[in-house]
Amino acid sequence: MSFLTLVYASLFYFATLVLLAGLANKILQYARTPAPLKIPTTPAPVTQSGVIFRLAREVVLFESLFKGNKWTWIFGWIFHFGLLLVTLRHLRYFMDPVWLPIQLIQPFGIYGGMAMVVGLAGLWSRRFLVDRVRYITGPSDHLILALLIGIGLTGLGMSFVIHVDVISVKQFFLGLMRFHIQPLPADPLLLLHMLLVVILMIVFPFSKLLHAPGLFFSPSRNQVDNPREQRHLAPWAKRFEQ
Amino acid sequence: MAKVKLEVPELQPYLEIPAVTPGVMAHSRPFVAKPEHQEPLGFPGVLVDDWQEKAIDKMGDLLGRYRSLRVYLDACVKCGSCTDKCHYYIGTGDPKNMPVARQDLLRKVYRRYFTLAGKYFPKLVGAEDLTQEVLDDWYSYFHQCSQCRRCSVFCPYGIDTAEISMAAREIMDHIGVGQKYCNEIIAKVYKIGNNLGLPGPALRDTLEGLEEDVFDDTGVKVRYPIDVVGADILLVTPSADFFAEPHVDGLIGYGKVFHEAGVSWTLSTIASEAANFGMFIGSYENMRRISQRIREAAIALKVKRIVFGECGHAWRVAYSFLNTLAGPWDFLDPNYPVPQHICEFTNDLIQRGKLNLDKSQNDDMVLTFHDSCNVARASRMGPDPGGQFDIPRAVIKAVCNNFHDMDEDTIRERTFCCGGGGGLLTDDLMELRVKGALPRMTALNNVIQEKGVTHMAAICAICKSQFTKVLPYYGMEMEQIVSVHQLVSNAIILTPGEDDDLDEDDDESEDDED
Repeated sequence: MSFLTLVYASLFYFATLVLLAGLANKILQYARTPAPLKIPTTPAPVTQSGVIFRLAREVVLFESLFKGNKWTWIFGWIFHFGLLLVTLRHLRYFMDPVWLPIQLIQPFGIYGGMAMVVGLAGLWSRRFLVDRVRYITGPSDHLILALLIGIGLTGLGMSFVIHVDVISVKQFFLGLMRFHIQPLPADPLLLLHMLLVVILMIVFPFSKLLHAPGLFFSPSRNQVDNPREQRHLAPWAKRFEQ
Repeated sequence: MAKVKLEVPELQPYLEIPAVTPGVMAHSRPFVAKPEHQEPLGFPGVLVDDWQEKAIDKMGDLLGRYRSLRVYLDACVKCGSCTDKCHYYIGTGDPKNMPVARQDLLRKVYRRYFTLAGKYFPKLVGAEDLTQEVLDDWYSYFHQCSQCRRCSVFCPYGIDTAEISMAAREIMDHIGVGQKYCNEIIAKVYKIGNNLGLPGPALRDTLEGLEEDVFDDTGVKVRYPIDVVGADILLVTPSADFFAEPHVDGLIGYGKVFHEAGVSWTLSTIASEAANFGMFIGSYENMRRISQRIREAAIALKVKRIVFGECGHAWRVAYSFLNTLAGPWDFLDPNYPVPQHICEFTNDLIQRGKLNLDKSQNDDMVLTFHDSCNVARASRMGPDPGGQFDIPRAVIKAVCNNFHDMDEDTIRERTFCCGGGGGLLTDDLMELRVKGALPRMTALNNVIQEKGVTHMAAICAICKSQFTKVLPYYGMEMEQIVSVHQLVSNAIILTPGEDDDLDEDDDESEDDED
């Protein structure tokens, strides 16, 4: 086994651990922190199923962003939908045999990669072109966009410019999952792509990427509007009741 | 009252989103609370010595108590969707009035002390130490947020700047840096019972005066009772309704509606205030203590129902929090929601044909309706989502012939704040209030020009007070803001009681209870 393979295998194990432990930690923290008052942004659903439907619209359609800003919405949606397709396409590296839906999605995954880069470019350009957005943009906002665009471009590069030995890549990942490490092809573009993904995984639980789990815990979106019908009392507020 | 001299923005047909002009509102600061305003609320009187440490401790405490705060400080991606949504940003161009930038004032300190990234890479993620400059910014800009929640409508994660500014104000209160207006008022509620400091005898006097006025006007004896044990309904209304214009016309209207409904009702000297400024300063404990007075009054007066008068944030606290803070309300009649809004009450009567209304009595006005932010985005009326928009409009349309809504983008859940909510209705913030009213004034001016609107109705005491003060700055008349129940009052045809023909003196001894 080459040194390189060992380094990358360790990196992926480490990044996976950080990602999962970090996210689990944050999700537990959110779940354990009480929401002492009912604060849904109204008009809000009055039933639990209505809340699920509201959250689904936020996750799938970015409903509130659509109300807020059409440019951000369109670029944001293109990026996220592209990312979804790309992620689904990449599942083939982690399964053998490959499920039929994942097989079928393969060609669309390529378009997903392009959409991802286009969406990110649009979002990034807003950070320079709109003075209000420029004002609120910090170094970490640029870096995360650079990271994601880098992942997209190196990925597309392997599809269109310099092909890599995807069979070996798949064996590397299947090996990782079975704790039986297989050699990784020493292809610079592939190594860069994978390094950027590792960084993304490590950064995720410590960055604004927490918006993904955060949405599900946002009281203004996930609460049922029924305060008159049901009493809502946080554990820490119970001590006042004596 | 003399107008403060300041540059008033000129009204244009369309709202322009201003260019970012850093620091233009940094000077805008409300008076700082003195020890006598602070201590009755349980806060230190002056800035404590180890204030940095205490503030960070308090932030940690709040992070553990409020999921909203924790999630909202983490989840923002700086997408910019909120940047052009705040009326204070639109009116001033100060970038720290963009909701995301306002949140960042707290977020940068959160990052520094509570996140790994902020501890080790502060520059990268915009984390900063809590310094005197940061505290100064907190004091200026968290008192330039009316907690109207308009930003939360447009945020993909529902981040609500109101939650952030409430937390910031709570932290500042805990280190001894309170805002005079809010805290003085809360202290007055504890001492005398209402925001305006009106004692029981003054309330009684006012109500007797109202009974006489209404009798002189209509020849019908409408009661305005207070502290009547055994009444069916306890009415809790903002204390402004007892004396200020146009608020008091609303109170007259409530009385007429109750009279026509044939129900017994009462006000209470203990709960002579619907407003709950505990919300503005983010203090659960104070909000609870203020709410408990309503429970005490309801128990002492043995009422069966509670109805709230026209007040925006009071309705939010009542609708969303009263059950939490002062419940359970199992001793009340379960056939009615606890509490009910006066518009729900009136609308029910209208729907059932119980009110005899002469719409033409309001023909001297062409009306529009201002959705108050706390009603629109933080509460409901009736059984269905959006009832808070439809029910007041249904009431208005039932009592007047001429009604036009303002532009769609400025009403319902997109409504613009009056500019004086969230504890900012104080003369020391006049410049902010006038500039923050710009979006609403623009929309109002447009329906005045295009539809011939003459008056704007509202169901919030703060909105009514704010517009009374601000309309003249924009070349309009203060009388152009009216209460919804003032319109009801004008249109309602009263049913004479059996004793109305008798000499007035004869029925003074009559019992109020039916």
